[in-house]
Amino acid sequence: MMQFMLLFSRQGKLRLQKWYVPLSDKEKKKITRELVQTVLARKPKMCSFLEWRDLKIVYKRYASLYFCCAIEDQDNELITLEIIHRYVELLDKYFGSVCELDIIFNFEKAYFILDEFLLGGEAQETSKKNVLKAIEQADLLQESQIEDWGSLPNEEIL
Amino acid sequence: MSDVVEKTLTALPSLLSLDSQPGSAKLSSTSKLGSLIRGITELTSKHEEEKLIQRELLSIKEQVASPNTTMRQMKELMVRTIYCEMLGYEASFSYIHAIKLAQQGSVLEKRVGYLAVSLFLNESHELLLLLVNTVLKDLQSTNLIEVCMALTVVSQMFPKDMIPAILPLVEEKLNHPKEIIRRKAVLALYKFYLIAPNQVQHIHNKFRKALCDKDPGVMTASLHIYLQMIQENPEGYKDLTGSFVTILKQVVGGKLPMDFNYHSVPAPWLQIQLLRILSLLGKNDPSTSEIMYEVLDESLRRAGMNHNITYAILYECVKCIYTIHPKSDLLEKAAKCIGNFVLSPKINLKYLGLKALTYVVQQDPKLALQHQMTIIECLDHPDLIIKRETLELLFRITNAQNVTVIVEKMLEFLRISKDDHNTIDLVGKVAELAEKYAPDNEWFIETMNTVFSIGGDVMQPDIPNSFLKLLSEGFDSVEEDRKLRLFAVNSYISLLQGEPGKLPQRFLQVISWVLGEYSYLKEDLESAAVLRLLAKLLDMKNSSSETKSWVFMAMTKLCEGTAGVSVAQEVSETYSSSMDTVLRQRAQELEHLSQDSELCAKVLPRGGDREHVEVDSSLSFLDGFVSEALAAGAAPYKPPHQRQEELAQAKVLSLEPYSLSLPISMSSCSITDRQSPTLLSMSSGLSGDSTDLSHKGGSTTLKLDGVKRVWGREGYLSQKEPVEESAQVEVPSPVRSPNQQEEGDSSHSQTPTVTPTLGCEQEKQQLASSLFLGLSTQSPVCLMGKSEPAPQRFRRKAKSLNTSEQISNSLISSPSAVDNLLCNNLLDSSITSEPDLSPPERTTELTTANGTCNTETALTDSGMKGSNPALNRDNSVDATDPPSHEDMDRPKNVCLMSHLPAELCGLAHSEITPLCTNQSLSLSACHVQKEDSLVLVVFINNCSDSDIQQTRIQVDSEDLEVSCVGDSPVEELRSLSVAVCQYSLTVKRPLVNVEVVGMISYQLPVVTTQELQFSYKLPLSSFIRPLMVSTEEYGTMWLAFSNDTKQNLTLISDEQEPLAATLNVLRKKLQLHIVEIIGMEGIVACSLLQDQPCLMHCRVHAGTLAVWLRSPTPDLPDCLIYHCQRALQCH
Repeated sequence: MMQFMLLFSRQGKLRLQKWYVPLSDKEKKKITRELVQTVLARKPKMCSFLEWRDLKIVYKRYASLYFCCAIEDQDNELITLEIIHRYVELLDKYFGSVCELDIIFNFEKAYFILDEFLLGGEAQETSKKNVLKAIEQADLLQESQIEDWGSLPNEEIL
Repeated sequence: MSDVVEKTLTALPSLLSLDSQPGSAKLSSTSKLGSLIRGITELTSKHEEEKLIQRELLSIKEQVASPNTTMRQMKELMVRTIYCEMLGYEASFSYIHAIKLAQQGSVLEKRVGYLAVSLFLNESHELLLLLVNTVLKDLQSTNLIEVCMALTVVSQMFPKDMIPAILPLVEEKLNHPKEIIRRKAVLALYKFYLIAPNQVQHIHNKFRKALCDKDPGVMTASLHIYLQMIQENPEGYKDLTGSFVTILKQVVGGKLPMDFNYHSVPAPWLQIQLLRILSLLGKNDPSTSEIMYEVLDESLRRAGMNHNITYAILYECVKCIYTIHPKSDLLEKAAKCIGNFVLSPKINLKYLGLKALTYVVQQDPKLALQHQMTIIECLDHPDLIIKRETLELLFRITNAQNVTVIVEKMLEFLRISKDDHNTIDLVGKVAELAEKYAPDNEWFIETMNTVFSIGGDVMQPDIPNSFLKLLSEGFDSVEEDRKLRLFAVNSYISLLQGEPGKLPQRFLQVISWVLGEYSYLKEDLESAAVLRLLAKLLDMKNSSSETKSWVFMAMTKLCEGTAGVSVAQEVSETYSSSMDTVLRQRAQELEHLSQDSELCAKVLPRGGDREHVEVDSSLSFLDGFVSEALAAGAAPYKPPHQRQEELAQAKVLSLEPYSLSLPISMSSCSITDRQSPTLLSMSSGLSGDSTDLSHKGGSTTLKLDGVKRVWGREGYLSQKEPVEESAQVEVPSPVRSPNQQEEGDSSHSQTPTVTPTLGCEQEKQQLASSLFLGLSTQSPVCLMGKSEPAPQRFRRKAKSLNTSEQISNSLISSPSAVDNLLCNNLLDSSITSEPDLSPPERTTELTTANGTCNTETALTDSGMKGSNPALNRDNSVDATDPPSHEDMDRPKNVCLMSHLPAELCGLAHSEITPLCTNQSLSLSACHVQKEDSLVLVVFINNCSDSDIQQTRIQVDSEDLEVSCVGDSPVEELRSLSVAVCQYSLTVKRPLVNVEVVGMISYQLPVVTTQELQFSYKLPLSSFIRPLMVSTEEYGTMWLAFSNDTKQNLTLISDEQEPLAATLNVLRKKLQLHIVEIIGMEGIVACSLLQDQPCLMHCRVHAGTLAVWLRSPTPDLPDCLIYHCQRALQCH
């Protein structure tokens, strides 16, 4: 079971956090700090898997964003890497060439997509079509709002 | 699904109409978040950010509290609060408003409310109770989106105690026409199963229904539950193996809708989930494994594409193949797969390849040999993760020949690694290897010095403890002991003369102890000189007071001669006024003992004298005091864990069954003379109760569950045929075994395929030959290990093992026990060529397993006929048809009963439980209680049409002594006949439940030898017999016994005389003898077979039964109390 998922930027700013195990806020902060530091210190060509405490960390960088998941010992690292990728695909499809700013300004939507894809730390629906269908319904409810982000740098992540 | 959208569409106009001016409100609201985010990006310092956010939160706080805030505004506020919380600023004031928003908002706002709740709270948060009603309401809503939202939040968190309130509604959703609802409902049930398994126990048949759902998504979701349940009890779900195999076959065969493809691989998530389930089911079970070989082979074959996702499947496949009962050609393919991983240029695959190698190397060392050059390269890999994993692999193949090289590599890594977790783990491994394989004293002491310097104060405390034990207890040769100790003394003196300030505290403690004990061995050394060195440690600023007390203890042992005494006096003067009471005490001791050498010699005899002091850990000398206090009305003592439990129970309504206290032996603990201060204080802390020790820990031990030793000298154990085949193919040379030959040119004969043109290549070759020494340069027979157990240098005396375990009070239990086992496995494999009985991993009680299994099949039978998964419908309708256990078992038991030997017929016996079955044989067993012994009766039923030859049955147990009764068991078994074997069992050491494991091998006329493994669990209570004693005898015995336990039991209060009624239940169920009942007190006696008495004193107190058990046998009281609890619970 996935224990938690963190999205953070190259500067170490947290963009999204989803915890599937009950932890205290203090603990969450400590874990986030430690992991962000560890992952950012790693070089591009290095292995995407880490052993950290008694968990396995799987991370992948997309443009300026790091996606980082913690899984348990018996879980499969490679499939977790693909979970990350599928999530990015979903975000990409939803936002249309997703970039970090989409996620910053519409983080609640990124959460909705995540909840439709992973539930309680397990892959809920792996069919892309079905996830998108479920998100479409939210689309109809959500305000269609195009943000003006001015001159902020914007880099597509996929 | 499209219906959902339709519904939403119809709901939309009403939503919009609620909002008076949609455009403007929205714009301003989102821009507030936008401006906040923009504001933050413009800031330059953390301090400014903090100020900004605090201001923001203050304004949010004001607005959420205002009664004029609309839900729409509230939604926007929540989003901003979520953002602030993500930045790490606490906003607990908003939690209640998030719940309110989920409760009162429109669909749109509700969604944000639920999201905020799921991000802010966790399942133990008390506010979550307020959400229950909202969830209840939304689950009953006609709007599908609301139902979805409620199920989503429930699958993430829900208060455990409130599950019953919503369970029926969630269950109902399993029948919902929309698959998305069904899927979410299944996941909600999965969550419930995880947090409170017993609350969903009654709906296991519903899980089966979900498994048979026509939508693959719902079916996939149900596998999460099955994986969990099978992990806990693989025996109960063996009947589903066929179904899982069929599903996997269809998935692999591309029978699922294209939607489920991921990068043109069919449903990889589903495949991996199924593979994990299959590996659990096939573990240690040849007949179940048999069913899955074909599909595994196909999975391997199909996963050919070069994409991450296929590698993920391959990796899982390989793990599965190595976990289940082995099959040679699959193993070969899996090995090739591992090879591809290891050799891959992709670093992620290489890493997993190394991991897989680590996983299988114990069974198959030749795989490591094949890849030795890659392993060497990985050892110098710039990525520490790869390096670390390589060391893990090397750790598994360490033996006496390569230990120095491997340890050196590990220490090299430790010097550059900065991660504490890594350091702790690796330091422990180095210490273990050093102790096990050290080639000489010098190396050992120096390695341990490095371990102590690097491991410092983070390492597990049992490392220095066991090192000191090793030194003090010594080995078989006195001379060797002396040399080792002398070497340690020399080494430490020179360290202290250097820069002791840099050494970690733990190391200083070790040094002080060793110098205190053994510096006299160094003849040219004056004790005054040592004292001066030690005194220097006291003056160091960073010495902790614990270290200082070790130093004082050492000084006390050393002070003699005028020079020494004057140093001691000086030091003790300084510290006798210390603010630290412990130090002051030590200083006083030093002062007095240094003045009175006679007394000193008496208190601290030097060297040689190693008498053990029996510590009365049950503190029985205080019994008088305790009983007086109790008589005066004091409350009986409850150990802390019990108090906590009761407190917890008092607070909330617990719907969980009581957790039973684990009986662990700590009650008798003997400690050697002249122990170090911490050891003593630790053990006294232990004496009272010890239950909480065992729960933690074990995390550092090797995780190799699922790895069974299946390799022997001739290849796969218990599978002789395949090896013969491969031998024929390969034209064996007379000297080498076929195994050896394969890697002959790459490793054995050190003439590598790569021509060593470059110097560095040569270096690598050299390293390889030294690393893989024990594995490659020996005669073929020793390939799997060494022909005789490694001449372990520091073979401890037998007693030390027990004591060290009792003393090491580390939170993380010492990894050595497990590791030893695993390593010995590798070593022993060459000695015992016979297949050895690797006991199946703790199977749960057979009877219960069968029980649940039966009810379930019955349920599915009645409710589920005809609703087989759509997946299976076309080609395998029978896949989900469970074998009808019940129908077959009942009549069989009756007729088996008639085979019970005549002399046992009149005696009490347990129900006949099936042990294992395959096409030709079925084994069952029961135990019969004789007055003076316990007999295990095994029924071997030949249910095939042919006679079975050369039946051989072995029964063994770790906890019991097993001896065969009567004539040797049958060799030949006629068709459809039953043979009976009897074994007399006696308990070696008391455990709550004891287990025997066994194996039967036999030959059918056509097929070669086959094997079946089984295990049988029986409660300790079947070994309990009444002990007839008089009250006087009881009194004398009571005082003589030292192991005791106290606990409160439930009183059966519905009778007139609760005490008598309760004791009667115990008498009937556990065969205890009631000696006497006087008023509110009763005394009871029993004995474990072979005269191990246990006495019980019961007293009614405040509505419970306070019992106090005593026995000369450690653990017996703990185990007995467990059975008493059980007996009264079941009543």
